[in-house]
Amino acid sequence: MSEIVKKNLSEIIDLIKKKEIKSEELANLYIDKVNKSKKLNSYITTCFEHTIQKSKEFDKKPNLNTLLPGVPLAVKDLFCTNGFKTTAGSKMLENFIPQYESTVTENLWKEGAILLGKLNCDEYAMGSSNETSYFGNVINPIAKDTVPGGSSGGSASALAADLTPATIGTDTGGSIRQPASFTGTVGLKPTYGLCSRWGIVAFASSLDQAGPMTKSVKDCSIMLEAMAGFDKKDSTSIEKKKENYSKNLKTDIKGLKIGIPKEYRVENMPKEIDELWNKGKSILKDLGADIIDISLPHTKYALPTYYIVAPAEASSNLARYDGVKYGYRSSKGNDLIEMYENTRSEGFGDEVKRRILIGTYVLSSGYYDAYYLKAQKVRQLIKKDFDENFGKVDAILTPSTPSSAFKIGEKTNDPISMYLNDIFTVPVNLAGLPAISVPAGLDKKGFPLGLQLIGKTLDEQNILNVAYAFEKNCNFKNEIKNWWL
Amino acid sequence: MSKDKFDYFIKGEKNNYEVIIGLEVHAQVSSNSKLFSGSATKFGAEPNSQVSLIDSAFPGMLPVINKECINQAIRTGLGLNAKINNNSVFDRKNYFYADLPQGYQISQYKNPIVGEGKVLLDMPYGSKEIGIERLHLEQDAGKSIHDMDPSNTYVDLNRSGIALMEIVSKPDLRSPEEVNAYIKKLRTIMRYLGTCDGNMQEGSLRADVNVSVRQVGDKKFGTRCEIKNVNSIKFMQMAIEYEANRQVELLDEGKKIEQETRLFDTKKNETRSMRSKEDAHDYRYFPDPDLLPLKIEQKLIDDLKKTLPELPDNKKERFMKDYGLNSYEANVLVSEKEISNYYEEVAKLSDKKLAATWMMGDLFAMLNDKGLNISKSPITAKNFAELVQSIKSGEISGRIAKEVFELMVESGDNAKKIIESKGMKQQSDPKELEKIINEILTKNKDKVEQYKSGKEKLFGFFVGQVMKQSGGKANPQLTNDILKKLLKG
Repeated sequence: MSEIVKKNLSEIIDLIKKKEIKSEELANLYIDKVNKSKKLNSYITTCFEHTIQKSKEFDKKPNLNTLLPGVPLAVKDLFCTNGFKTTAGSKMLENFIPQYESTVTENLWKEGAILLGKLNCDEYAMGSSNETSYFGNVINPIAKDTVPGGSSGGSASALAADLTPATIGTDTGGSIRQPASFTGTVGLKPTYGLCSRWGIVAFASSLDQAGPMTKSVKDCSIMLEAMAGFDKKDSTSIEKKKENYSKNLKTDIKGLKIGIPKEYRVENMPKEIDELWNKGKSILKDLGADIIDISLPHTKYALPTYYIVAPAEASSNLARYDGVKYGYRSSKGNDLIEMYENTRSEGFGDEVKRRILIGTYVLSSGYYDAYYLKAQKVRQLIKKDFDENFGKVDAILTPSTPSSAFKIGEKTNDPISMYLNDIFTVPVNLAGLPAISVPAGLDKKGFPLGLQLIGKTLDEQNILNVAYAFEKNCNFKNEIKNWWL
Repeated sequence: MSKDKFDYFIKGEKNNYEVIIGLEVHAQVSSNSKLFSGSATKFGAEPNSQVSLIDSAFPGMLPVINKECINQAIRTGLGLNAKINNNSVFDRKNYFYADLPQGYQISQYKNPIVGEGKVLLDMPYGSKEIGIERLHLEQDAGKSIHDMDPSNTYVDLNRSGIALMEIVSKPDLRSPEEVNAYIKKLRTIMRYLGTCDGNMQEGSLRADVNVSVRQVGDKKFGTRCEIKNVNSIKFMQMAIEYEANRQVELLDEGKKIEQETRLFDTKKNETRSMRSKEDAHDYRYFPDPDLLPLKIEQKLIDDLKKTLPELPDNKKERFMKDYGLNSYEANVLVSEKEISNYYEEVAKLSDKKLAATWMMGDLFAMLNDKGLNISKSPITAKNFAELVQSIKSGEISGRIAKEVFELMVESGDNAKKIIESKGMKQQSDPKELEKIINEILTKNKDKVEQYKSGKEKLFGFFVGQVMKQSGGKANPQLTNDILKKLLKG
């Protein structure tokens, strides 16, 4: 097996720029490994003919003045790709081929990247273990019986297993950061509105945000730079100038104030995670940052709030999958209503149905005020907690997840314990803030654990810098043995 | 125009009932593209030829507000003397239907773009103010076609996503006549503003009609029924008539009225229950997270206000003041912008009062007959003014003018040319007339004697003879004068 696929994105870009490797050769190396790694089930769709053709075109006339020159990339199967199946991990869209390209992937291709395939994910991004996918669960390359996290589980698994040099996911309640933490990779959820949502299969519109998943912080800055940008097709997109995250990346974090929220020390949290958090604090302190204890008093309401707001929006967003226009349609049923019922009963999996039911319930007349409206009010309080503290601190450090990767099937029958996985990540989505998960160490099973840095609105550069400095001083090493080959 | 007192009551067994009506008018916004997508909005296009990925709700598609539709709603609000809300919100109204691709309609629920306003109606019994509760923007749905195939339903999404203004009135209307006046007034205002073409045949204007009844003198409203989606004024009036009588009958029988949604069957001329209050949809309204709350700067409102055209109420007042028209005439002449423009052009060049009379008489009759809009009139305003002036100056008589008018319509020629070429000019030379009259009097000596001895009815006979002799061109006033003078002598 080639050592090149193990390299970071930035190293691979260097090789291409120095003409030490051709785009086509690179593509073939990844294709070869993807073909040998089907056990992981991280890909739903491959499009190797397209990849090879595009890489040949690139090699013929290489444009090296782009961020991702001739780099093959696989993306989460929630991004619509023109001419290539986009399933959202659901039977409902099993054979759906969009005739349009999501803005974020379009931005990647404009920067020279080439589509390698579509990566498995929880159905409609609803899940924390990639076990709700219609296309089967994904295996974490860390150990064969463990989940990669979710919902961007295919993305995290493929990245950690060197089946793509970098990737993108979407994060509604932790779907980038949690799998990054579970696989020892870097994942960033940008400020809500930094990356366009146009062309991404919607889960919960006010929370969904696309972001990069990479092997290093530097890679993360490159990918974010390529993805981000104002899009007039998305009304919630933020109008601002593009930033050069990779160029402005620095390790000097002297004098930065890092907040440590006491509410993130939850009951029954493994000791290892607490130790890792302390390790993080001391690394940043050694680098000259001020560590400040803060309080985010409404944190404990974040999870219940999230599990009202997200399903409510999802119940409405998923109404369009009705068998009328595209996607799966049941052949059973004598009238329109029966067709709807059968199509949606057969086309959606249990977790999606569960959330549609919850969402429908909380929006129902008579319950709206008690659930949805109240949740929106609490959401404002959670946001206010952050706003007030960002007067005092520049970034906030927390664990990414309350545990390391768990066993396949361990939580599938207990949705509540599954939802608890998002406890550290959802407040950030509710507040619309940027946050990055960086690998910080291994637990005693040898499974990776991540720390999360939360930043101010549009302060991605700052958390990237802190993460960059942390990464350089943490000496984390992912121990992935290619056991599945 | 005979009624000078409001008298629309439904007679029950013991009591008279008053009918309470409120309208939710759906007016299609005049705009080139849809409310949240760039698709065209032309009427009558090939089915599904004006549908974007957004209108058909493909995965990942997002709505982006069309600013022109916002401006049109603001203009309409201003035309209704209404409050424009600087902050409003788009909500999702969730329900499943084959012609609703998103599974929800984007509408405005709690915070509409336009708040309270009012519309003034001119009724024979005086003017009446109808309150406007609100105006909000929403998407239209597509169209399900059930009769093209025995077992399948076809869906045309051309309408899907087109911007509608829902204009909700207060329950201030009391009769089908007032509903007629209200809809026409709304339509006039929106046509003046250019915000809705008001074309009911093309579905640009439809209404849900809320009807309840109460005994005359009662202060409390009765239970209302909503008649959905009625698309002509005539049907609205028929539906109200039927529904009010149905409710009165129920009350007379001691029964209760159930709040429900009903449909008007235009073939059977009756309303039928569609669904009861218990079966009412739970639309699960919530703010659309794909759209930010709509903020409207006061400056935009002020700027739009400055560009509003003169509206019918103001124009009517001006017509009465400047042109000496009565309320009825002014009302008719401002009812459409094009009519008022035509009139003003005519009035500038001719007698204002006579112009109004002739326009509302012969011109409207002819246009009506030919099914033409005034903008397509075969007689231009300038030519029409010339005709009016010819009457005013006494060049031709009213009777001849009717002939000239017909010829103008047929030939497209102007009045002067027709009058001259056909020698239709009125005989107004007193000497010539005296000569003719003298001849007639000489020929009918016996009748002159009879007249002089008291049979004054014979005067008409002499006039008739003069007209006959002059080929109808004798100036009637002059003829009268001369005849009287000579018969005396």
